[in-house]
Parts: sequence; C-alpha cells; structure tokens
Amino acid sequence: MTSTATATRSVVIERDMPHPAEKIWRALTERALIDQWLMSTDFEPVVGRKFNFRAPANPHWNGVTDCEVLIVEPYTRLAYSWSPSGEDAAGGMRTTVTWTLTPTSGGTHVRMEQSGFRPHEERNLQGANYGWQRFVGALEGVLSNLK
Amino acid sequence: MRPNATQLFATLGDPTRRALFERLCRDGEQTVRVLTDHAGVSQPAVSKHLGVLKRSGLVRDRRLGREVHYSARPNGLAPLIDWMELYSAFWHDRFDRLETLLDRMEP
Repeated sequence: MTSTATATRSVVIERDMPHPAEKIWRALTERALIDQWLMSTDFEPVVGRKFNFRAPANPHWNGVTDCEVLIVEPYTRLAYSWSPSGEDAAGGMRTTVTWTLTPTSGGTHVRMEQSGFRPHEERNLQGANYGWQRFVGALEGVLSNLK
Repeated sequence: MRPNATQLFATLGDPTRRALFERLCRDGEQTVRVLTDHAGVSQPAVSKHLGVLKRSGLVRDRRLGREVHYSARPNGLAPLIDWMELYSAFWHDRFDRLETLLDRMEP
C-alpha cells in the first residue's frame, strides 16, 4: 500500500472562556479534574509519558485510548497522541490532540485541534453515487440492536 | 491486513454481494443453499461472493454437518464510520463539560 505524506484533516473546536489560562491549564492537566470533564486517565504532564483515557467499553470498542504526551508548555500549549486501542477501533487511527490557550481581555481563548484523520476515508464516505448513505442508514437499525 | 474503507466499498459495491450481506444482517445466520435460493445466481457464484465478504471481515462462516452457515459481522463496517463527525460531536460535548467544571472550580 502507498503511504505518501498526503494532507490529513482535523477537527477544530474553539471557544472563549471567562477564566484565566492558569485555571484552564489545571483542568487540562490534573487527573482528578480531567476525570470530571473528559475521561478517566493516568495522564501526567511530562513529555514522553504514555497514558490512557478510559471510556466504558461497547460492542465495537474496548473503550481504551492510547496516548503519549508530546508537548507541555505550561498555560499555553499541551499536545498528546490519541489512538483508540483494540482490534476493531478506528482501523488503526492515529491522531494528535493539541490544546492552545491564548489570553484575551475577558479570559482565555481555548483551541482544541485533533489532527491526523486520513483523508481517503472521508472521500469514500462521500461516495453518494453508490447510494452509500442510504445503505449505511438501512444498517443503522441492525447496528443499534447490538448495543 | 486490516480491511480499510476502500476495500469495504469495493466489496459492497457489487450488488449481489451487498444483497447477500444485507440479507445476513436482516435475517441472521443462513446456509449457502438458502442464500442461493434468493440470490438469483448459481451456488458457486454465491460461495465466491461470500468468500470476498469473509476476506473483508463482513461475514463469518461455520460448518455444520454438510452445510456451511454464514452470518454477518456488522463490526466489519467499523472502518466506514465517520470518525471526524463522531469526534466533533464528542469534543463539543466535552467542551460543555469543561466549562461546567471551570464554573465550579475556585478561581
């Protein structure tokens, strides 16, 4: 299979929050706080540290996400790799989650980018000429019965 | 190699294979003989299509006596799930929870 350095796609979410960057940094990096809004984790803000996020398992996934800390710039930038674990998860998806905090007059601009989604998957998903959406839609009932 | 989206689309792009897979999803485990009765093609052709579906991880087979029974593996469709859309919804939800937490935290 070819493995050229083609462009990948990202999910980007940005919000202005009326809180100082130091406080948001705590919520992003302290385990007890991460548990409360993201997922259970053994994260530590140390570059190179491997850790997991753990969600409840479902029939399609064991709920475990494998991660490694990539960037720690206190109050400014935090990045970790994000790869759903287990046999059926995401076809070996490897993404990176990057948090960027920028002070504003009223608080902090919070930006989250999950990058590294492979484009060929999305292109195929848009193959409407094959009627795939209808087909996948018809299977939804079948899939939901497995949950 | 793990089947990717391209392989799944190629596999399901054939209308006969797609119909076989949909029937197995809908009606549960079936023998090759019963599948042939509904497929409108010969039994060797059905067996060949089932082999392609199996190599793509979409069906599994087991032999019972003289007959081979096939069943669907809907998990085999996992590579077709739009991960970007799912993660976008996921992160929006988690941002809401993060803001709720920040409101609760001491300054």
